Amino acid sequence: MQLPEHPDFLWDDPEPKASYDVVIVGGGGHGLATAYYLAKVHGIRNVAVLEKGWLAGGNMARNTTIIRSNYLWDESSGIYEHSLKLWEGLEEDLGYPILFDQRGVLNLAHSLQDVRDSVRRVNANRLNGIDAEWVDPQGVKEICPIVNVSPDVRYPVLGATYQPRAGIAKHDYVAWGYARAAHAMGVDLIQNCEVTGLETAGGRITAVETSRGRIAAGRVGLCAAGHSSVLAAMVGLRLPLASHPLQALVSELLEPVHPTVVMSNAVHVYVSQAHKGELVMGAGIDSYNGYGQRGSFHIIEQQMAAALELFPVFARAHLLRTWAGIVDVSPDASPIVGLTPVGGLYLNCGWGTGGFKATPGVGDCFAHTIAHDKPHPFNEPFTLERFTTGALVDEHGAAAVAH
Amino acid sequence: MNFRTPTGGTIDRNTLLHFTFNGEGFTGHSGDTLASALLAHGVHEIGSSVKFGRPRGIVAAGSEDPTSLVQIETPFPEPMLLATTVELYEGLEARGLAGQGRLASISDPARYDAKHEHCDVLVVGAGPAGLVAALTAARSGARVVLVDEQNQAGGALLGVDEYLDDRPSASWVADIVAELKSTPGVLVLERTTAFGMYQDGFVLALQKRTDHLGFAAPASVARQRVWRIRTKQTVLTTGAHERPVVFPDNDRPGIMLASAARTFLHRYGVLVGSRAVVFTTNDSAYCAAINLAESGVDVPLIVDARPEAPARLATECAARGIEVRAGQVVTGTEGEGRVTGVHVAGATVACDTLLVSGGWNPVVSLFSQARGKLRYDAELGAFVPGEELGSVRVAGSATGELDLASCVRQGREAGSAAVVAAGFSSRGQVPLPVSDSRCTSRSGLVLWRVPGDEDTSFVDLQRDATVSDVLRATGAGLRSLEHIKRYTTIGTAHDQGKTSGMIAAGIVAEALGVEPADQRPTTFRPPYTSVSFAALAGRDRGALHDPVRVTAIHPWHVAHGALFENVGQWKRPWYYPQPGEDLHTAVLRECRAARSGVAMMDGSTLGKIDVQGSDAGKFLDMLYTNMMSTLKVGRIRYGVMCGVDGMVIDDGTVIRVGEERYLVTTTTGNAAKILDWMEEWLQTEWPHLDVHCTSVTDHWATIPLVGPKSRDVLAAVAPDLDVSNEAFEFMTWRDTQVAGVPARVCRISFSGELAYEINVTAWHGLAVWETLMAAGAPFGITPYGTETMHVLRAEKGYPIIGQETDATVTPHDLGMSWAVSKKKPDFIGKRSFARAENQRADRKQLVGLLPVDPSVLLPEGAQIISSDHLPEPPVRMLGHVTSSYPSAALGRTFALALVRSGHSRIGETLYVPVSDALVPVTVTDSVLYDKEGTRRDG
Amino acid sequence: MQLIPCPWCGPREEAEFHYGGQAHVAYPSDPSALSDEEWAQYVFFRDNPSGPFAERWSHSAGCRRWFNAVRDTRTHDLLAVYRVGEPMPEVAS
Ligand SMILES: Cc1cc2nc3c(=O)[nH]c(=O)nc-3n(C[C@H](O)[C@H](O)[C@H](O)COP(=O)(O)OP(=O)(O)OC[C@H]3O[C@@H](n4cnc5c(N)ncnc54)[C@H](O)[C@@H]3O)c2cc1C
Ligand SMILES: [Zn+2]
Repeated sequence: MQLPEHPDFLWDDPEPKASYDVVIVGGGGHGLATAYYLAKVHGIRNVAVLEKGWLAGGNMARNTTIIRSNYLWDESSGIYEHSLKLWEGLEEDLGYPILFDQRGVLNLAHSLQDVRDSVRRVNANRLNGIDAEWVDPQGVKEICPIVNVSPDVRYPVLGATYQPRAGIAKHDYVAWGYARAAHAMGVDLIQNCEVTGLETAGGRITAVETSRGRIAAGRVGLCAAGHSSVLAAMVGLRLPLASHPLQALVSELLEPVHPTVVMSNAVHVYVSQAHKGELVMGAGIDSYNGYGQRGSFHIIEQQMAAALELFPVFARAHLLRTWAGIVDVSPDASPIVGLTPVGGLYLNCGWGTGGFKATPGVGDCFAHTIAHDKPHPFNEPFTLERFTTGALVDEHGAAAVAH
Repeated sequence: MNFRTPTGGTIDRNTLLHFTFNGEGFTGHSGDTLASALLAHGVHEIGSSVKFGRPRGIVAAGSEDPTSLVQIETPFPEPMLLATTVELYEGLEARGLAGQGRLASISDPARYDAKHEHCDVLVVGAGPAGLVAALTAARSGARVVLVDEQNQAGGALLGVDEYLDDRPSASWVADIVAELKSTPGVLVLERTTAFGMYQDGFVLALQKRTDHLGFAAPASVARQRVWRIRTKQTVLTTGAHERPVVFPDNDRPGIMLASAARTFLHRYGVLVGSRAVVFTTNDSAYCAAINLAESGVDVPLIVDARPEAPARLATECAARGIEVRAGQVVTGTEGEGRVTGVHVAGATVACDTLLVSGGWNPVVSLFSQARGKLRYDAELGAFVPGEELGSVRVAGSATGELDLASCVRQGREAGSAAVVAAGFSSRGQVPLPVSDSRCTSRSGLVLWRVPGDEDTSFVDLQRDATVSDVLRATGAGLRSLEHIKRYTTIGTAHDQGKTSGMIAAGIVAEALGVEPADQRPTTFRPPYTSVSFAALAGRDRGALHDPVRVTAIHPWHVAHGALFENVGQWKRPWYYPQPGEDLHTAVLRECRAARSGVAMMDGSTLGKIDVQGSDAGKFLDMLYTNMMSTLKVGRIRYGVMCGVDGMVIDDGTVIRVGEERYLVTTTTGNAAKILDWMEEWLQTEWPHLDVHCTSVTDHWATIPLVGPKSRDVLAAVAPDLDVSNEAFEFMTWRDTQVAGVPARVCRISFSGELAYEINVTAWHGLAVWETLMAAGAPFGITPYGTETMHVLRAEKGYPIIGQETDATVTPHDLGMSWAVSKKKPDFIGKRSFARAENQRADRKQLVGLLPVDPSVLLPEGAQIISSDHLPEPPVRMLGHVTSSYPSAALGRTFALALVRSGHSRIGETLYVPVSDALVPVTVTDSVLYDKEGTRRDG
Repeated sequence: MQLIPCPWCGPREEAEFHYGGQAHVAYPSDPSALSDEEWAQYVFFRDNPSGPFAERWSHSAGCRRWFNAVRDTRTHDLLAVYRVGEPMPEVAS
């Protein structure tokens, strides 16, 4: 298929003003969406998004675009389903062809315990009003005929959870849609502007230091994904995060063979076929902390081996390009979104390997949090304090599903 | 028509190869590529473009070609290869593509593998600079690897008619290759592309070993091999790619790079057309014009965009009847399909070929992957290596130097510097050849595009991206090349922008009124050329992909019809169906045997760790929630381990073998993790403790013998052992002989029945198992699998870590406060029990569930709610069913579940939504069978 | 894939190693004396700098020893390795 045309105008490149009501640090999907909802929902338009590189050039430009809301715990389903509902109207809302495609996501189960965990998640999802099905191997084959469901492989497919409303979107277009719409409402998108310091007075944020000078700010929202710890450290705030490389890759363009999205945690691979026809794949994180936007190649090799176990027909597809992002992994695989001990400074981080899908949802909730100085009900459970009280939202323990 | 020259090239004219393209039969020669063989028949049109469906031809002669995409159908379908890199073989069937390939629907029978290679100096690219670098390094005794993607060395020399030191360049090349190949410690790899450059001298290269053999490829030889090269020093002599100039209708077949035409002529003996116009911005294309003219091609015109043509070359052209027009450009072309004419200065010049040269782009992909910074060279109009990189040197035209003398000099310098850096002394000077070439100067004009219809001025021929796309992008406010690349898709096709990327950057700079030097080039990402998935997977496939572990007794299980469950890496018998039995009937039978007679299972997969040392007790006291140091020698204790967060991570029995020795068992799936866990604490936190841990899982075969009759069976096979309850108490162990071999028998029970766990060395496992089967036969001994084990333990309320727990469950939640020491000042996880969340009364706790209808089996993973009707979502859930079985002993179904405030809900009725119904269940204690524990003593 | 210089075995492929996060985070001598905040810091919070980082590795497919390293998380370059118990060496960042 052909990609739709982009609009003739996206955004301009303003000089930063001396001061803004709200400064968003990080022009990735989350930062742009937050700015958009601040302007649109809360009427706060004296907003700048500060991006150290090119707009949405971080994880937003690097992710594998899987969107789903079938998380285990109520807290997670709340925010991810809120997000999915926003995705369903986003193309119209932004007036941008974001190629949101609800082609469904299969999460494969390869062991009896995987099956139990999967069924548990499906049941929880349904009671939370999220579309979810448990499908047997034959059902997997019907949804995605190229999956090898033979019982004679190392990790046979024993079934899968299926969320029909899940799918993919085109990441750049999503970011650009938000950026364009935010810009149109008066938000300043300032690129090549790295925040190097956070200024506080009397326990309140007052300004940000940047590579383009000091910018005063009434409120500051951090949306720096992999760099969140570095920013938080500027006000002495320590976060329970580790920044890891996460790699992904694409093949050349191929005739359609893969109608849905398949994820398998046990064999560590997930695949979809993007609109133009390339296979898009990812795997697990590289083990070590790293800000280098590069990972180790053996991860890719392992991922290929895993992919071929599941999809023997991929043998002669070709790897065209690999890359890595920096993901901020939290101990319970859930995000941290909310207030900080510093007045007027708000935190949105810890989305790790799975925050693309949350872009509209967290943009909306984080904007609410900043506007009201109070968390939105959907992000209320995702406080920093939960690591002290123990009220974690542990999304890897039970279902161990990344992305 | 035949476009093959009568002589010349490195093809073997004595072999005739038959192939088809788009269904039509052709012939070619050994040494041809698919592209050269097609061009020899005058076929230029290969495929069509992905967006507009415009015909696409052949632009370059090598892997940088943006257009000649084909699908190979034989011997096995492979998508998206370039006709210019497919070596011809007998029986090849190919067809042109419209930008998308097709995967085979059957699996690939070929083998792939990987090989590790360590060397002192790796040279990438066997052109003149690379050959001199490699030879320099080789002569000083270093281990040298030279890789090149072509099937023969020579690089740029393969495409020219140059003489080096007064002899054909091929002969110079052959001499060097011969010396390299005969030097010990030197490896020359042809058809091998270095595609990725990583840290610490790690370079990945793909070798195509049998592709060129087609049907004749031996099945036993890996088709492709990934070389994992670890080198101390690297010399990149990766050359330069010619780049085109963009002008209206620049995409017609028959329009190709001037250097490609030379390569087709000199290497393959193929004329790319009958009448060729040349459009250039620099000297190098003059040689193409002269060579073609000398070979009988009508070359009416060279259009040189520079204000002045080079005098000497112009004179040579005039002598051959080639008109040279300086200060002019090609403003368009015409033709249905292949080009039939070019527009110059308002007039149309008829031709069937247009050769274009817009200058040269050094191949800096690997340098950039190695994190080398690039610098824009304004004279060249291209990015060149901009800094010295420690162990990576660049030489030859990859640096932007285009004349042979500089290239080979750089090659020698780099080769010599590399060996010295690798610790060798550079010995002797490799003599540098002198070329007779006429066209090597780099004085060119940097010209990105000729103004004109922007909609048909193609920047990326593969992505159908035009100048107007670039201008729309800049017009939309985009400044960063990364944004523009994404907006236009330029450089994202299979060629990754090898010929288009620089031009796009140039056009953007022009549009924005900045210098290309002011822009950050887009990042070069591995791989340099595409690599098949299968090659990367290598041998990590099928049975070799995470090999399975089986126990010593496994063959017996297979022979007796067991179905298996994957647990961790192990294959464990799941159940042993008899004819006509399904899971439930088999399991009910197996359970009945265990509760009323005798049954046994293969428990060898259980993790076992031998913990020794004078501080072993102290150490285990820290790891387990309960006390292990007080355990008496000869006795056994069950223990639970938590993470620092207080959540259960594993459980198992601990045997005190001696004063300073314990044997710890873990769950099957966690054996390795728990050993790691122990070693981590010992080495990083408590190195002062005298404790040593050794995994002994595989040393032992472990057979739980279960049931009221187990004592009789054990007595029969262990004559030395007093099996009476008094002499051999519960939670003790004895060393004795079982079935005539040394054995350790533990009186433990995971079923609540009288039971013994018999441990013998794995070597004897199968024999002991068979002896037990025979000894138990009179009692109807029944082998059982993991499913029955699960049912038996569930009836007793024993949790399975990973099934009843999910990293959010504490020992207290499991009702195991009794296993949490109150005396110990500390153990791992203890502090976390005091956190607010752990104190909540409404934590999820392990309970039993009895469906009110005793025949209803709850699905495992079902959720639990409190109301007897289903409210609108979101529905408040109280917990979930962790285990659920029909029970022979209870004569009904039952389940275990984690339920909010579960311990205080005993007796309550809750509801389990199953499909559209709500199943009422009664909450009970988690122990449902023999609560008093009367059965364990037999 | 990097080469990691195990202080016991010498340089080996990264794939032989297991990562252990920040080094020099000692198990508290008396956890019960800590506040919930302090305990949470120990359990969940780790430094995550962009730059030199003292961290733990174990040569899990080799000698199975744990050791410490200082690595620049921006480049992934290993600046120093040292044995458990040894002080963190000075490194130029
Ligand atoms: C390979 C890969 C695959 C993934 N796949 C999926 C997937 O399939 N589904 C899914 O849901 N999620 C996925 N993710 C995760 C997802 O991409 C992230 O969670 C999400 O993009 C994070 O939010 P963001 O878009 O705002 O981050 P980013 O796009 O990373 O934005 C953060 C921005 O902050 C900027 N910044 C940082 N520090 C500063 C500073 N000091 N000053 C100014 N600016 C600064 C950065 O340059 C960056 O642009 C994937 C991630 C990766 C890397
Ligand atoms: Zn070691």
